[in-house]
Amino acid sequence: MKAKNQRLVLLVLAVAAVLGAVLLAMSALKDQAAYFYAPGDVAREGVPLGRAVRIGGMVEAGSLRRAPDGVTIEFRVRDETEERIRVRFRGIVPDLFKENSGVVAEGRFQPGGLFVADAILAKHDENYMPPQLDPKTGEHKSESLE
Amino acid sequence: MIAEAGLAALWLAAALSLLQLGLGAGTLLPGTGRMSAAVRAVAVVQAALIGLSFLALIQLFLRTDLSVTLVAANSHSLKPWLYKFAGAWGNHEGSMLLWVTVLALAGAAVALFERRLPERMLIATLAAQAAIGLGFYAFLLFSSNPFERLSPAQVEGNGLNPLLQDPGLAFHPPTLYFGYVGVSIAFSFAVGALVTRDVGAAFARAMRPWVLAAWIFLTLGITAGSYWAYYELGWGGWWFWDPVENASLMPWLATTALLHSVTVLATRDGLRAWTVMLAVVAFSMSMVGTFLVRSGILTSVHAFAVDPERGTFILVLLAFYIGGALTLFGLRVGTVKEGARFEPVSREGALVLNNLLLSAVLGIVLVGTLYPLIVEAATGGKLSVGPPYFNTAAGPIALALVAAMAAGPLLKWRRDRLRAAAGRIALPILGAALALLILVLFVPGLRLLPLLGLVLALGVGAASVAPLWKRNLRRTPLFVWGMVVAHLGIAVALAGMASESAFTREKLVAARVGDTVAVGPWLVRFDSVDPVAGPNWTAVEAKLSARRGSGAPFILQPQARMFSTPPTETSEAAIATRLDGQLYSVIGKPDGSGRWQLRLWWKPFVTLIWLGGALVALGGLLALVGRVRRERRHDPVEAWA
Repeated sequence: MKAKNQRLVLLVLAVAAVLGAVLLAMSALKDQAAYFYAPGDVAREGVPLGRAVRIGGMVEAGSLRRAPDGVTIEFRVRDETEERIRVRFRGIVPDLFKENSGVVAEGRFQPGGLFVADAILAKHDENYMPPQLDPKTGEHKSESLE
Repeated sequence: MIAEAGLAALWLAAALSLLQLGLGAGTLLPGTGRMSAAVRAVAVVQAALIGLSFLALIQLFLRTDLSVTLVAANSHSLKPWLYKFAGAWGNHEGSMLLWVTVLALAGAAVALFERRLPERMLIATLAAQAAIGLGFYAFLLFSSNPFERLSPAQVEGNGLNPLLQDPGLAFHPPTLYFGYVGVSIAFSFAVGALVTRDVGAAFARAMRPWVLAAWIFLTLGITAGSYWAYYELGWGGWWFWDPVENASLMPWLATTALLHSVTVLATRDGLRAWTVMLAVVAFSMSMVGTFLVRSGILTSVHAFAVDPERGTFILVLLAFYIGGALTLFGLRVGTVKEGARFEPVSREGALVLNNLLLSAVLGIVLVGTLYPLIVEAATGGKLSVGPPYFNTAAGPIALALVAAMAAGPLLKWRRDRLRAAAGRIALPILGAALALLILVLFVPGLRLLPLLGLVLALGVGAASVAPLWKRNLRRTPLFVWGMVVAHLGIAVALAGMASESAFTREKLVAARVGDTVAVGPWLVRFDSVDPVAGPNWTAVEAKLSARRGSGAPFILQPQARMFSTPPTETSEAAIATRLDGQLYSVIGKPDGSGRWQLRLWWKPFVTLIWLGGALVALGGLLALVGRVRRERRHDPVEAWA
């Protein structure tokens, strides 16, 4: 191989590798990036079934229920609209998680609208803030069983 | 007084770095006198001054001087001694001061110990190092002054984030910084070589020990950070693909690639432009990492303060250095002569493959890390990119990379015959195939990725010690040992990751005192739950007795801690380490009817992950010592065995 050719081949290989990686990355991102939904968004845009997403809002007062197994909870998330999301979570919730306080949950919607969370992130800020403004402020994470 | 002295030393150091840049640049111009001795001296004095400044900050924290804003905001007089000390860098300003201190120390080390480099290139390197330093001095002095006074002084400090109150804080950030900033040396070398138009094997041989040193620190820092997150957060995971973790992984990937390409350049004088480019990329990744972690753009335990002005400042520095380096590269790459050519089937060929695959992984991690930031900046949409993305996109390439790692060291330099090479790798492949067969037959339900991981770990483990085959072990050069140990470390870590992912058993229950929970081979009895208190926290502590088979039971005491300043709760996991894995326990909340949430994991061979990381770093250290010793003994001649 001539010197110039080898340089060219290497360059093409390098560009192909990085481009390939970026293309792979973009396609994986399309499938795997978790978008954020507030209850109002879900009502407007419909429920993305079976996809990993994040939801957020406030834990509605009086909606928190504990299952008899002691480790599963159910609650409703509200925002400034009339809509609500029902959430189920099995795991240890963060310390800041309580009714009337902000929450972000990662998980998937089931048919029927129930959101099964894999992880709960409670916000340090106890004042209500619409999640569109600042859903990630001071999150505290807690993971659940698969 | 200490604060003022520290600030004065900081200003002086900044001025000296300006002098270093000016003298260095002046020396490079034609017709000026040789001032290289002065440049070296200035670099050393600058490091001494910034070192003093950093010591002053530590002293302020040890004394809990509450008339200093930084101390009042981040410390507390009742904190244990170790956290007062390490707390000096457990905040934004202090950690940036540590950053420049390490930068200046690295520059001084080059000025003191680097004797192989041509004088002009050394001066250009030190000038580049000063130019980097100058930007960060400006950042400290104008937007993050650690010595700012508070008037009136606070009566008591606000305390340190409890998650940071851990011995890990004393070790993890400085180690990682030595790595991050060590990469800046490689960058400065590259700039020096471009400026003096002298990119070649000699440059690579001089740069290699510095790259190795930075890489060792990065490896240690990442390994330590991973273990810290594992035991401190209480989530039982060892890697979360958190942007902050990626910020440390990306420089590591780039430096690993650089380490291998610099070897090609030093041994065979090939990959000249590529190696220089990688040095620029590696430092860019350090800068991106610093930006992500320090700008407050991410919310995490690492982002101490959210301040848009600082974020912008770092972003400008980032654009300036990376843009400047790329421009210089673009201007001068034409003068970099074509290096030696090589055959595809050869050690060089394998190292090129290593570089391509590492670059691909780096690209994937970079895209995934920056994508949410770009989307948010462009459309305001919020999204998060997590493990599903990184595992699917980067996992397969990483496995291919590890497979290539098995074959590479068995190939000869210059040219190898495919058939002969195949003969050398046959035994490890056979071993891996056998392992595959056994796993598929006897371990049902294994998922594809962990299965491949276990098989590869075995094959690569065998292949990585193969270069020692039929050698006189006592006469094998130390750097060959280094390569073997580092590659073995990767195999060991991979085995740990695959085993953790495939065989972990998890139990989450609400248990009453007296209940027994089974997890994996263990029976864990919930003996009691009691209040306990520490110097600046109170906690509930569970007492669990665990036993396996007929073995003697032992006690685990996980705690849920409440810190008073700032008021925060943390979960202190109790972990029992056995030869074949770890039993991990966490106590959660009471359910109001006398039951407590308990979470237990049995993680077979999980410790191999960090053991592997330590082996990789040890391999780097062996290689470093071997290289330096060899260069001492017979200077310019060098042969890779």
